[in-house]
Amino acid sequence: MTLEESDIVRLGGVEKHFGAVRALDGVDLTVRSGECLSLVGHNGAGKSTLMHILAGTVAADRGRVVIGGDEQSVYSPARAKQLGIRCVFQELSLCPNLTVAENARVFHPALTGLNWRRKAGALITSKLDEIFPGHGVGPSDLIQDLPIARRQMVEVARAFTATDEPVRLVILDEPTSSLDSHTAGQLLAFMRRAVADGISCIFISHLLGEVLQNSDRIVVMRDGRTIAADRAEAFDRNRLVATMGGSEPRPTEANASDRLERGKTRLHVRARPRQQGGSTDLVAHEGEIIGLAGLAGHGQTELLLTIFAAATRQCPGVAVNATVALVAGDRQADGIFPLWSIAENIGICSLRKLRQGALISRRREDKLANFWRDRIKIRTPDIHNNILSLSGGNQQKALFARALGSEARIVLMDDPMRGVDIGTKLEVYDLIREEARGGRTFIWYTTETDELKKCDHVYVFRNGAIVADLARDELTEEKVIQSSFVGADPR
Amino acid sequence: MTAKSTVAARPAFLPFGKTDSPRLLRALLPALSLVLVLLAIAWLNQRAISYFGFTLMLNLAIPIALATVAQMFIITGNDLDLSIGAFVGFVGCVTATWLRDTPILGTLTLLGCVGVYAALGALIYWRNLPSIVVTLGMNFVWQGLAVLLLPKPGGRAPDWLLASMSAKPPLVPFPVLAALIIAAVTYFGLMRTSYGAILRGSGGNAAAIGRAGWSLLKAKIVLYACAGLFGVLSGLSLIGITTSGDANIGNGYTLLSIAGVILGGGEFVGGRVSPIGAVIGALTLALAASPLLTFMHLPPDWQVAANGAILIVVLAARALISRREVEQ
Repeated sequence: MTLEESDIVRLGGVEKHFGAVRALDGVDLTVRSGECLSLVGHNGAGKSTLMHILAGTVAADRGRVVIGGDEQSVYSPARAKQLGIRCVFQELSLCPNLTVAENARVFHPALTGLNWRRKAGALITSKLDEIFPGHGVGPSDLIQDLPIARRQMVEVARAFTATDEPVRLVILDEPTSSLDSHTAGQLLAFMRRAVADGISCIFISHLLGEVLQNSDRIVVMRDGRTIAADRAEAFDRNRLVATMGGSEPRPTEANASDRLERGKTRLHVRARPRQQGGSTDLVAHEGEIIGLAGLAGHGQTELLLTIFAAATRQCPGVAVNATVALVAGDRQADGIFPLWSIAENIGICSLRKLRQGALISRRREDKLANFWRDRIKIRTPDIHNNILSLSGGNQQKALFARALGSEARIVLMDDPMRGVDIGTKLEVYDLIREEARGGRTFIWYTTETDELKKCDHVYVFRNGAIVADLARDELTEEKVIQSSFVGADPR
Repeated sequence: MTAKSTVAARPAFLPFGKTDSPRLLRALLPALSLVLVLLAIAWLNQRAISYFGFTLMLNLAIPIALATVAQMFIITGNDLDLSIGAFVGFVGCVTATWLRDTPILGTLTLLGCVGVYAALGALIYWRNLPSIVVTLGMNFVWQGLAVLLLPKPGGRAPDWLLASMSAKPPLVPFPVLAALIIAAVTYFGLMRTSYGAILRGSGGNAAAIGRAGWSLLKAKIVLYACAGLFGVLSGLSLIGITTSGDANIGNGYTLLSIAGVILGGGEFVGGRVSPIGAVIGALTLALAASPLLTFMHLPPDWQVAANGAILIVVLAARALISRREVEQ
């Protein structure tokens, strides 16, 4: 009987690509039954992709997925559920328009019959009682009416409920991120009890204290690979941070004499994130490249958008005294105009100078687009082609051309290099450096440490506030990781 | 911690949870608007509030309620059906001709109509098409077919249909009884059955339903097939009341049905619909547009305006309730 095998999951050489991005680059991972395995790593290390592969929602491009001793050739969410693998995803997977009991029913096809509502309600309520005593959630509450923490509690409890299919492995992806310390403690204690009962858990968290205290084994991921795996006792905070960041020092590319001395030029932006308690402001002077670092979704994009808004109207806490352009991160959603040509996409921010009377001058638009095509090397035979005829990286270059071709003195960049190939990146880095020397200011949110090293000054964000303020020569990857994980640990 | 304290710590469950007051208000809003319209009519003419008055005023409410329920199934899956009016018209033409002359052909055609709706659902899911575009196209298809079948108004409803639509049950007027049955059946089907939860969930968070191992294709097909079924019922009842067919008879139903769903507490996205509310919404709209009001010296133009005013007032009230809910 294969179910008696002590390894629940064995992954061998799993690879996954999204376009040019290698999300997973040959991952090996083993989960034993009755153990709690923690998975840690910086932004984009591939943790979430790996969990999606285990849950069956994303298919691996290459590699072996062995579950319960059997190799899975056709793997799907339904198959994963059959095998007893449950997942609590970062983005909530409850239906907001259904009640708590109905959401339990969605998860359990076996809950049918005339009294399914009572059965489903009893099932989820008893599990909630077990994990979060005093939870205050009723089975007929609508999910949309519950605050985020209670939704998360329902989601976690649902993953541990069992009807006809067994629970053998529960994947908890940042389950404590929206819980307060009391409920988070309840959850972690329950997780240990479940593990003692023979259920395996994969626990993903950015709170290293939780990870070190509650896991049997820790696996560290970096750049789509597992780079360390050891018993939890073998790690401490420092070793974890060092492993995640890779402690080998890398030479900084540009030499220091190239740097402007900070504060000598005109002030362009002074901004304070809304959650900021202390007196730390983000400050950007003319000709500076300012980096925003930290884990994804900790307030960097919000601050960029606030600065963008502050350029045209009054915003409390933000002062901007020059024109602003934004290079969007999600280019499909808020970057390109998919039905327009490349030239039209580049010219849209510069309409004032392209105007001839009330009309847009075709000649000037083409001139602008051709200039930037040659300057930034957009690979296209004709700038009148549709923007979608370009590869992703070249579309991103067109968006850079749009911002740089405008008259804006400040360019905000919302992690624009996501999914861009390295060749394009290097070309754009040079361009940014050149434009900064010409007096433009760049505020650059990026999830890549290599890009932070291109910046004159870096602010690290955590929970919507600036927790570290690093000058260029103080900047190391270790410091960035240290402050974004540990900097102001709320618990 | 002992087991006893665990149980004690849990508060008693109220039927509407803890946020009951806004949720209750939201659910009662459609009924309140119906009561207001009824009060207005009673104020205009007291004799309208009688067995005969209701039978007359709510005459056309049955087909409108059925079309609204059909639209509600589509809206449950975050889609919109712009062809339901023309579809009701086409079903009416089939009913007034084939169903009377060659009942087998007529029955097969109507069943085929439900099948076409199911296939549309499959197509929309499969190719990820916008439902508005597909159903707008189907609008012209149904209308063209109806004109081909019945170039000028005419035909006659089958006798059994005429008889059943003019039924006179004791005490409760027939339209009211029919509305109660429609509301009860759809409420049970969509809100109480275990598969109904999956159907609504597919509108609320399709990814979650898919991850839990359910077929979204099947859910879409079921929703569209239900819409087709209720569209057919709407066409049948309409012809049973008007006795003869007309290719353009259902043209107003598309917008009326959407308005009914929204008036009844439904929302365009998120799988938030209410079958009982939808039927009440349809009744409200039917009352406000009732031909009886014309005899009370209300010009028809004002009735259309009254419909619009009801919609705006109810939606504004709902926005206010939602805001209160957010502030809580």
